[in-house]
Amino acid sequence: MAKLENETLIGYLREAFGEEISGVEEPFGLLSITTAKEKILEVLAFLKTHKDLQFIYLTDITAVHYPEQALSIAVVYHVHSLVNNRRIRIKVFLDGNRPEIPSATSIWNGANWMERETYDFFGVLFQGHPDLRRILNVDEMEVFPMRKEYPLEDPNRVDKKDFFFGR
Amino acid sequence: MSDIKLAPAPPGVTGSGFFATTLDKAVGLARANSLWPLPFATSCCGIEFMATMGATYDLARFGAERPSFSPRQSDMLLVMGTIAKKMGPVLKQVYIQMAEPRWVIAVGACASSGGIFDTYSVLQGIDEVIPVDVYVPGCPPRPEAILDGVMRLQEIVRTESVRRRETEEYKALLESYGIHKNG
Repeated sequence: MAKLENETLIGYLREAFGEEISGVEEPFGLLSITTAKEKILEVLAFLKTHKDLQFIYLTDITAVHYPEQALSIAVVYHVHSLVNNRRIRIKVFLDGNRPEIPSATSIWNGANWMERETYDFFGVLFQGHPDLRRILNVDEMEVFPMRKEYPLEDPNRVDKKDFFFGR
Repeated sequence: MSDIKLAPAPPGVTGSGFFATTLDKAVGLARANSLWPLPFATSCCGIEFMATMGATYDLARFGAERPSFSPRQSDMLLVMGTIAKKMGPVLKQVYIQMAEPRWVIAVGACASSGGIFDTYSVLQGIDEVIPVDVYVPGCPPRPEAILDGVMRLQEIVRTESVRRRETEEYKALLESYGIHKNG
């Protein structure tokens, strides 16, 4: 079987989705594309089920917060074709005020906890997720701590207060 | 002649055939030299505690022969390591399950103050959820430092009034942590 190259892969995607695929990059040889949230499930299902691609393994779902952008939340999917030894990264940019995106649990059951984690830290609402609640942080937490408007430090910390250092 | 040191007798009145002291001191002597530790180890301080329990440092010399691993049967809770906020209720439950009298040693920077983990997910010192008797500094503390903490706790135990656990101050202390006596 011929080795699947990034050029071939992007060819398949352009043929199937045309203008819905944008922002094509290859940092460190890892093909990275951007698509819209209306198309993300179709793109993922296409990558998984196409007989020449077979991106059957969902490595990770996470997000990035870009507070300076209008579409400030980027949901990032890493998908791996174990058959072709090829990886691809798919980004979807969302409105930070109400970041909603369809859940990938219909394609991979393993997306369940990854999406819960992404909700936990970034507040991304995965539509159709069977059980979207916090997974790592305490249930009482009211913020999404990886968003940049929330401080990293714990407000209860006392031994770093300025008056201990004459400030 | 053996060079093993025995625990010294408390101050009291000695005469021919009798020795008199106060109940506080006799109970304190017994308690201080039979502290049963409950290790609650989550990270590197726990490794140092393993060395402390080992033959070289030998915590058993102080009567702490038996690490309990059951809160019901232990007197001295040693919290060693970073306690995440999600672990906080677990730690509190372990403390509540211990029978009175009970003491707590916070071993290391993380258990004492959060240490380097000044972050939203980590408890900034276990004294946010349970009362602490002795803080051992270090990141992680050497076994000698842990032994020093245990010896200081022994001093607290030796001089503690047998009625301390019945006082209003002690009840108020537990109430301030939301821990209620008798359930």
